[in-house]
Amino acid sequence: MNLALPILVPVLPALGAAAGLATGRRYPALARPLAVLPVAVSAVLALVTALQLGTGTTLDAATRLAPTGGPEISLALHLDGFTSLISVLVGLVATCVQIYSTAYLKDDPRYPSYAALVSLFTAAMFLVVYSGDLIVLLVGWEVMGICSYFLIGHHWETADARAASLKAFLVTKLGDVPFLFGLFLLGADAGTFRIGEVLRVAAAGDLHHPTLIALLLLAGVAGKSAQFPLHTWLPDAMAGPTPVSALIHAATMVAAGIYLVARLLPVFLQSSAALVVLAVMAAVTMIGSALCALAQDDLKRVLAYSTVGQLGYMAGALAAGDRQAAVFHLVSHGAFKALLFLGAGVVIHAAHTNSISAMARMDGLRHRIPDAWWTMTIGLLALAGVFPFSGFFSKESVLGAAEHAAHGEALTGALGPASAVPQAVGWTVLVAGLLTALLTAAYAARLWLSVFYGRSRNGEDLAPQPGAPYSPELDEADPAHAEPAAMRLILWVLAVPALAFGVAGLRTDWLPALLDGESLRVSVATGVIGTGVAVAGLLIGYAAWRTVNARAAAGRPAADPARLLLGPLYRPAQHGFGVDRLYSTLFVRPTEAAAGLVRFLDRAVVETYVRGAGAAPGWLGRAVRFAQTGNAQGYLNALLAGAVLLVVLVAVGS
Amino acid sequence: MSTLLAAAGSLEPAARSYLSPTGQEIVFLLVGVLVLGAAVVSVTTRQLVHAALWLVVALGGLAVEFLLLTAEFVAWVQVLVYLGSVVVLVLFGLMLTRAPIGRSPDADSGNRPAALAVGAASAATLVTLVVDAFRSSWIDLSGPAGTTRLTGEFLFSHWVLPFEALSVLLLAALVGAIVLSRAKGDGTKPRPGNLRTVLTKTKER
Amino acid sequence: MHLAYPAVLAVLLFSVGVYGVLARRNVILVLMSVELMLNAVNLNLVAFDVWLRDTLHAGQALTLFTITVAAAEIGLGLAIVLLVYRTRRTAAVDRVTALGDRHEADDPADAAEEKEQAAA
Repeated sequence: MNLALPILVPVLPALGAAAGLATGRRYPALARPLAVLPVAVSAVLALVTALQLGTGTTLDAATRLAPTGGPEISLALHLDGFTSLISVLVGLVATCVQIYSTAYLKDDPRYPSYAALVSLFTAAMFLVVYSGDLIVLLVGWEVMGICSYFLIGHHWETADARAASLKAFLVTKLGDVPFLFGLFLLGADAGTFRIGEVLRVAAAGDLHHPTLIALLLLAGVAGKSAQFPLHTWLPDAMAGPTPVSALIHAATMVAAGIYLVARLLPVFLQSSAALVVLAVMAAVTMIGSALCALAQDDLKRVLAYSTVGQLGYMAGALAAGDRQAAVFHLVSHGAFKALLFLGAGVVIHAAHTNSISAMARMDGLRHRIPDAWWTMTIGLLALAGVFPFSGFFSKESVLGAAEHAAHGEALTGALGPASAVPQAVGWTVLVAGLLTALLTAAYAARLWLSVFYGRSRNGEDLAPQPGAPYSPELDEADPAHAEPAAMRLILWVLAVPALAFGVAGLRTDWLPALLDGESLRVSVATGVIGTGVAVAGLLIGYAAWRTVNARAAAGRPAADPARLLLGPLYRPAQHGFGVDRLYSTLFVRPTEAAAGLVRFLDRAVVETYVRGAGAAPGWLGRAVRFAQTGNAQGYLNALLAGAVLLVVLVAVGS
Repeated sequence: MSTLLAAAGSLEPAARSYLSPTGQEIVFLLVGVLVLGAAVVSVTTRQLVHAALWLVVALGGLAVEFLLLTAEFVAWVQVLVYLGSVVVLVLFGLMLTRAPIGRSPDADSGNRPAALAVGAASAATLVTLVVDAFRSSWIDLSGPAGTTRLTGEFLFSHWVLPFEALSVLLLAALVGAIVLSRAKGDGTKPRPGNLRTVLTKTKER
Repeated sequence: MHLAYPAVLAVLLFSVGVYGVLARRNVILVLMSVELMLNAVNLNLVAFDVWLRDTLHAGQALTLFTITVAAAEIGLGLAIVLLVYRTRRTAAVDRVTALGDRHEADDPADAAEEKEQAAA
């Protein structure tokens, strides 16, 4: 097949970004076409590439950049079913986000740079997906990191956004440093950076330090994919514009970590210790984030924590050795989470607040924004994992993978022996997954009911309560007007995969043929249990909401349904179980203290030398100035004295 | 230097003692002491006009020294030019700048101690040097060395070109002195102040 | 005659001239001291000319030239002194310090002028 197509996919958005940055200030009218068109064309090209590639085939192409003397670094391309699937998802979500942004950031003066960065972000993700070389992959990986920093900090006028962008950058970098060393170690062990070669070496069991490599790589994955303990940047990243959240959460940044593990799964299968660590990480992330999501008041933070939890599912599936399920869930989650975020953008646009409790006091949001109501209902049902939405199938496939692993027959496919996955991993993921399914359904119900079925009491008006969390969108249109079509119609585009994508896993010759070929069909036992748990969660959420509403009707102050459900856990959950505070005590404050010390040393010690170096010539000059009296007699005197002195010196010296 | 000294042929061994001076030497020394004393008084006296007059004594003494060294023409030129014109010019200058008659307390600048040190140091250094170098040299004063006839011959046979160039230089100096000292045509009265102010005021007018 | 006599006399005369140039305040006295130094050189030139028996009599010729140049120099110097005196009302060499560093220059006339200009 023609190599130009897959090469153009990452190149086009990058060129678009460069053009957008170059022309944005002078020709603002060009910003919109330059933002949408390259990404859209890339999406189409990605789809065409996927169709041309078909199922069950792979394509590898490489050109050596420069002889390095060590392991070769080559500009390599690797295409298979996984890349096809994920690149189509990335293209779809990025196109939707760009179109949505044209309306959402209509009046933003920094729209051109914003759109260019989104394009660059997309290009970097395409690069990560298509790359056949670990170093090239790392380039895309780091470009995404810096783009996320800029985009989260888009509203840099607010202190929140500045802090959040810095935090996102630093926390992901914290993971990226071990990741870099992991890549080096992997390249050194395998003797090459080509992913195909690395996998061949790994499958043959010739890696010398599989556990060390896997753990180092996991640090980077935890940072990028927001897994415990490096998840703290993701909820704060909500300070960015909503479309950016959709992009980061659905398709690009967080998916990169999962995708990397899926690509390098044979390496991880070499080390059961790494799998156990991954499973525990996934389990803690899942349950903790679900509890946090239940307690959050900010609509976008609920979705952010739910993203963390769903990424935990994917990590769990990978720990169970089933990368098919992980990628399946990645894609379906990408679709419905992008939908949820863009829908949340519409809701926030209409309600003029981020606060769920404030929305709960508004009448009839579902009548004002019916598109958002319908599509978010679909998205939330998919999130909760209710049959027949896409989330159901993907989540059940994850749980099924965990169940197989728990029985010692992990679905590792051809990548490695089933015995590579310890049974404890399966049990951990299975139990945590079921518990998380219950909590997910509960917070989905709370979100849906509070946002769309609010009713105003005692004549409270629509104005946001003082102190309610509200992240200002500088570009917000008048909330009295209907949302632009570009924002509403995109929701329906994304609603289709959120609704129906799960079906793709039903037959082995549909989606699994694109992936590893194993069945993704839901087993009856897990299906029944999963559905039951989800329905139970929904009912619990509904019951709590009813109770709270009844109390409010009886005149007592209205409370959050989550407070009723969580009890004493409510407040810690609302603050993310104090992880931020812990990090602040453990790392941030010592770092700041060290910075203060350095600043003191710089100011008091180093600067003294610098000042002295400046002041000494000044004093010298002032001293020399005394000689410049303008009195010619004095000058002549000095001249003659010098001459005599020289003669005496020469005479004495000779 | 050694070749030069050898060529002179007058480097006789230092048979002549300083303790038995010739008559010429005695006169030279006496006049030299007079010249030196007049010069010292001239640079130290607080009366400005006296300084000029002591300078006349010193320069006249030097003319005698020239005569003793058989340079007749140079001696008369010294008398003519220095005593006749330079000292008169200096006296005119003192008069035109309204130098005070009588003792003026500020004849010496604040630089005097340093000047004394430099002068003494240079004197000590140079005297040491000169005495060390020419301790045993003897000048043969026999025969005419600088009569008017002889001077005219060498001056107009060997030194014509510098002589003419010097006359051009003198002309230039003459013109320059006239240009510099000519009063401004508009008759502005001089007033205390720096040059800049006077110029700007002139321009304003 | 010993060469040392005229040589030492010239050296001493020159040093007296140096002292006068450096110590005198009045510019005309400084010029006079310069004349002393020039005459010391003349004495040297004549003495060495006689000593060397130079066929070209370079020493005496140069002495004559020096005397001429000195006359020209004192003429020009006095013209400059008169000009300075006419504009600044002073012939003191340590009061003509307009080219010095302004902050160190304690020229009351300059300071007064500056104040005057600032007021105007």
